[in-house]
Amino acid sequence: MAVLELKHISKHFGAIEAVKDVSFSLGAGEVIGLMGDNGAGKSTLVKMMAGNFRPSSGSILMDGKEIVMHRPVEAREHGIEIVHQDLALCDNLTAAANVFLGRELRLGVWPFRILDYPSMYRRAGEIFAELKSETRPRDLVKKMSGGQRQAVAIARTRLSNAKIVLMDEPTAAISVRQVAEVLNLIRRLRDQGITVVLISHRMPDLFAVADRVIVMRRGSKVADKEIAKSSPEEVTGLITGAIETV
Amino acid sequence: MTSSLTRSIDQKQQTFLSSILASQTFWVFIAVILASVALSFATDSFATSKNLYNITRNVTFTAIIALGMTLVIITGGIDLSVGSVLCLCSMVLAVVMHAGYSIEIGIAASILTALVVGAFNGFLIAYIGLPPFVVTLGMLSVARSLAMVASGNTVVFEFGPDHDTLLALGGGAWFFGIANPVMYTIVLALLTGFVLRWTRFGRHVFAIGGNESAATLTGVPVKMIKVAVYMISALSAGIAGIVQTGWLGAVTTNIGAGMELQVIAAAVIGGANLAGGGGTALGAIIGAMLIEVIRNSLGLLGINAFWQGTFIGGAILFAVLFDRLANYRRNV
Repeated sequence: MAVLELKHISKHFGAIEAVKDVSFSLGAGEVIGLMGDNGAGKSTLVKMMAGNFRPSSGSILMDGKEIVMHRPVEAREHGIEIVHQDLALCDNLTAAANVFLGRELRLGVWPFRILDYPSMYRRAGEIFAELKSETRPRDLVKKMSGGQRQAVAIARTRLSNAKIVLMDEPTAAISVRQVAEVLNLIRRLRDQGITVVLISHRMPDLFAVADRVIVMRRGSKVADKEIAKSSPEEVTGLITGAIETV
Repeated sequence: MTSSLTRSIDQKQQTFLSSILASQTFWVFIAVILASVALSFATDSFATSKNLYNITRNVTFTAIIALGMTLVIITGGIDLSVGSVLCLCSMVLAVVMHAGYSIEIGIAASILTALVVGAFNGFLIAYIGLPPFVVTLGMLSVARSLAMVASGNTVVFEFGPDHDTLLALGGGAWFFGIANPVMYTIVLALLTGFVLRWTRFGRHVFAIGGNESAATLTGVPVKMIKVAVYMISALSAGIAGIVQTGWLGAVTTNIGAGMELQVIAAAVIGGANLAGGGGTALGAIIGAMLIEVIRNSLGLLGINAFWQGTFIGGAILFAVLFDRLANYRRNV
C-alpha cells in the first residue's frame, strides 16, 4: 500500500514546464533516491510534496486520499517533513532548542507559560539515542560537525511521527566519515517504517542506502526502478540522456 | 543504556565556572568593580552616598532603553530612534499634563505614542523589508521634529494638577532610600531577563538573530516578532522618558539627543552581538554601569570632559575586541 502517490503531476511557471506528467508511488519504509541534473525538475517536485508549490495539474494522494496543500505547515500536518539542504539550524541555540524550534514545549497556564527545558532536553536526548547519534541536547549547534548538524535537522522530523521525510542533498557538503554517519541516520529512519526521499548528486550514497531510484530529465520521469537491478553507469546515462529511458 | 542517556542529556559543553569566565559581561562587571574600588581610594567624593545615589540614578535612563535595545540587537536589528522617541514621549506627557489632564492620562498618551512609533518602525522593517538602520534613522529625525511641533519648541516645566506626583515618581526614593528610577530598572531588567530565558517569544528572538530563514522555515512568526521587538524598544524609550521627565522636572526638545549611541554602546559593551543572536538583560545593565562609572570618574578626577568620548569609545572597542579574542581562543 502506497503511503504517498503522485498522479499525473505537472507544474508550469508561465510558459516553462518544470514538471511534465509525473506519476509514482512511495511505500512505507522505502528509501527512494530522486536523481536528475540541475533543472531536471526534482526540486520543483519536492517543493510540491513539501507544500511550497501547488501542482498545475494532477493530484497527490496520501494513504489513498487526495490532499491539497497550500503551505509547508500543512504538509507537516499530513506527516511530510523536509530536511532542508542548508538544514535551517540556528547556530546560536542548543541542539534541543533547534529540534523544538517553532514547536517549543511549555509549562503552566496562559498567559503564564514558560519553556519546559527538562522535557525538551529529555525528548531530544531520546531522539538522538534512537538515531544512535552522539549529539547531546545541550550542545550549541555552532560547535558541531556536519554529521551532528544533520542529526539535529533529522531529529526535528521525529517530533511529529512523520511518515515521509524529504531530504535535500544531505551529504553534499560534509566529510567522508560524516557521510557514513548520515547514511546510518537514513537507515534508522527506514527501520522505523518511515519513507525517505533522498535528493542527491552523489551516486555512491544513493547505491548505499536507496531501495529504488527515480530519475528525472527535463521535467519528465525517465526511470523508476529497483536499485538492485540498476547500476551507477545506467543511472548516469539516464541523467545525461545517453540512455533515453528504461 | 538509561544511564548513558541521562548522562548525554545532562552533559554540558562548559562548566558553570568556565562559562562565566568566558563571558564578556562578567569581565565588564569586574572592570566596573575595579574602577569603583580604585576611585574610592583615589578620590574622597566617589564613595559618598550622595555620589552613589547619583550614579545609580544616572545609569537607569541608559539602562532601561538598553534593555529594549538588546532585544532589537539580538534579532540582528538596530534602533537609532530611541533618543528621539524618549524626547517625543516626554513631550507628549508634558504637554498633556500641562493642559490639565491627570498623570494617568499623560502616561497612557505617552506610552501609546511609543507603541505607535515602535509599531510603525517594525512594520516598515518586517513587512516592507526596509533595513532597520534606514527606518530608525528616519524616525530619529521625525520623532524629534514631532516633539518640537507638539511643544512649539518651548520648555515645559509645569505639569498641571498632578505636578507633584510626577516629580515624586521620577525623583523620589520610596524603597529603602533607593532612587525610584533604580527600582524601575531592576524590575524591568528582571522582566526582560525572564522573557529572554523562559518564554517562547524570547527563544524566537534569539532564533531570528541566529538564522532568520531557518526561523521562518520552522514556522516561527518572524514578522510579528520583529514588530514586537521594535515596539518594546520604543516602549523602553517611552518609559525612560516618563521617568526622566519626573526626575528633571522639565522637558526641552533636546533631551535624549545622541542618547541612541550611548544606549547601543551599553548593549554592546554588555555583550550584545550586533550581528544578531546574542545578548542578555544583565549585560545591558552592566554595560550602562560601566559607561556611567567612566563618566562620573572623569569628572571626579578633574579630567576635562572632552575626554569622555575617547574613554567610552575605547571601552566599546576593548569589549568587542575582548569578545573576539575569547572566541578565537575557544574555537582553536
